[in-house]
Amino acid sequence: MNQSPNLNSYREGPDEDGRFGIFGGRFVAETLMPLILELQDEWDKAKTDPAFQAELKHLGTHYIGRPSPLYFAERLTEHLGGAKIYFKREELNHTGSHKINNCIGQILLAKRMGKTRIIAETGAGQHGVASATVAARFGFPCVVYMGATDVERQAPNVFRMKLLGAEVRPVTAGSGTLKDAMNEALRDWVTNVEDTYYLIGTAAGPHPYPELVRDFQAVIGTEAREQILEAEGRLPDMVIAAVGGGSNAIGIFHPFLDDKSVQIVGVEAGGKGLDGDLHCASLTAGSPGVLHGNRTYLLQDADGQIKEGHSISAGLDYPGIGPEHAWLHEIGRAEYVPIMDDEALEAFQLLTRLEGIIPALEPSHAIAEVIKRAPKMGKDQIILMNLSGRGDKDIFTVGKILGMEL
Amino acid sequence: MTARMDKRFADLAAVGRPALVTYFMGGDPDYASSLEIMKALPKAGSDVIELGMAFSDPMADGPAIQLAGQRALKAGQTLAKTLQMARDFRREDDATPIVLMGYYNPIYIYGVDRFLDDALDAGVDGLIVVDLPPEMDDELCIPAVAKGVNFIRLATPTTDEKRLPTVLKNTSGFVYYVSMNGITGSALPDPSLIGGAVGRIKAHTALPVCVGFGVKTAEHARAIGAAADGVVVGTAIVNQIASSLTADGKASAATVAGVETLVMSLASGVRASRLAAAE
Repeated sequence: MNQSPNLNSYREGPDEDGRFGIFGGRFVAETLMPLILELQDEWDKAKTDPAFQAELKHLGTHYIGRPSPLYFAERLTEHLGGAKIYFKREELNHTGSHKINNCIGQILLAKRMGKTRIIAETGAGQHGVASATVAARFGFPCVVYMGATDVERQAPNVFRMKLLGAEVRPVTAGSGTLKDAMNEALRDWVTNVEDTYYLIGTAAGPHPYPELVRDFQAVIGTEAREQILEAEGRLPDMVIAAVGGGSNAIGIFHPFLDDKSVQIVGVEAGGKGLDGDLHCASLTAGSPGVLHGNRTYLLQDADGQIKEGHSISAGLDYPGIGPEHAWLHEIGRAEYVPIMDDEALEAFQLLTRLEGIIPALEPSHAIAEVIKRAPKMGKDQIILMNLSGRGDKDIFTVGKILGMEL
Repeated sequence: MTARMDKRFADLAAVGRPALVTYFMGGDPDYASSLEIMKALPKAGSDVIELGMAFSDPMADGPAIQLAGQRALKAGQTLAKTLQMARDFRREDDATPIVLMGYYNPIYIYGVDRFLDDALDAGVDGLIVVDLPPEMDDELCIPAVAKGVNFIRLATPTTDEKRLPTVLKNTSGFVYYVSMNGITGSALPDPSLIGGAVGRIKAHTALPVCVGFGVKTAEHARAIGAAADGVVVGTAIVNQIASSLTADGKASAATVAGVETLVMSLASGVRASRLAAAE
């Protein structure tokens, strides 16, 4: 079942059926199958089309602001007293997170396919904002599905999307979070297959989404690899990123997968702890199942019903994970660990004070893991972390928890 | 294959009328009421029963069936209990084909082989699993057909000529033509377009073609039935059940009776359809 014809490489998946080992696939309703196949055709052509790649590169440079800087976090390094810590500054991108990398790529695909309407799902609102942004830039009407709970806790992003001309549709089904928004987006897509492009925000869903989202996000790791070689003359010892659906993580991990000396660590949302149901640690505490078009690790009960999950961070509040992460976990190439809400919150505050960077709550989970690991490592060692988004959107959530009236 | 399905369609073809295929959600609003509903269906004129397997994330269903699934799960329904419901029904009725309809994950977690063995043992004749397209046939379709359980596939308006043979390849029992792109419970499409679509499918298969999505009344059933081998009704039945519930979501005296009345009316529709077509 190993999808890789070259057993020395971890970078050749998925196979032609969209599988990473047993994970991935195309578990969708028949209505969607012809579209998924059409998308795959178009993606296969775009991948090798120099004009497409040139437009992507141009927009990356002039619209997103790429390459994002690689930043040596000197004071955090000093404070922790161990490994040197570098951040890949994806929070400096236009719209404030890595999500825009994927959105620019997919909107160009939508344009090639002659689609006239964009739909998207969003949790924290970062992907919704990025989708609304590219829809505005390319003149597409855009509908963003967002769980009603998230609409409430991510009010600034909801307002941004509206300003950008998108229609935000709150989803009240289930617990009103990301998984419910994704169900609703799929329903819209099934109904409006002719003219609608579904701009999935994470490296999950039916094939070819996990592959194409990864490829659009891999610019993060490709740049970071060159930048660290230039800054340090060598590869990092460890790459760390937060994992919800897993798009920022696979983006920075993928270009390092074949560098055997580089340890890879994904950080899941441990919520209030793994003992109960109030977490989103699909890999650490879930099991393989089929949801939203792919087989992957899920939080589910003994009857195969999907659980709701919880995280302080709306962007990690998803009971599944991209199939490539499930595979990397299973074969042991990457290690996945949970970080609790309170640890992320502490890391959020520490980084803000020490480096003058307000991180989003999602990468705050990765920072918390850096805080645990760096002191145990030598001063000659290097950690590279993906600082995937900025925290402006989270100040209300954090303020509420810290008891500050905003 | 289990014989009940083919026999039922052959018998109906012999008398020259389409089948009435009725869907309900297993365990909605509770196990006992749901079993009563199931038993009432053939008595009211249903020819084939689709027994819904509740799932927390029914991506291709509209609000009515989503809510029915949530009611069933809240009342403690599981896949094991849905199989038990089929078994309980079979004690009284050994002729009406039962098709289990739902999503793959609960089956995957139950275990494919164990599920197929238990389904056969319970008297199940076929499966409709919404999120398993032909590209995923190795998962459940091929093992099911090997054990003699029909695997019924959905064809949709997006299924073009090129794709139809792929869709029909491992299909058995009947073909379920979803008459519009969309979720369950959407509006009825133009019946005049359905005849053409059914003909298009029949050019590729000898299997009966049943048509669903949007059928709510006897008149709809009559109109669709004129052009198809069967008429599938789901959301209307589920809505009927929902409207009969008490304020706290419990079954009332009208729950089973309301379904009976609706299905009798739909059954009169399918029984009139070929007469209408002959006019």
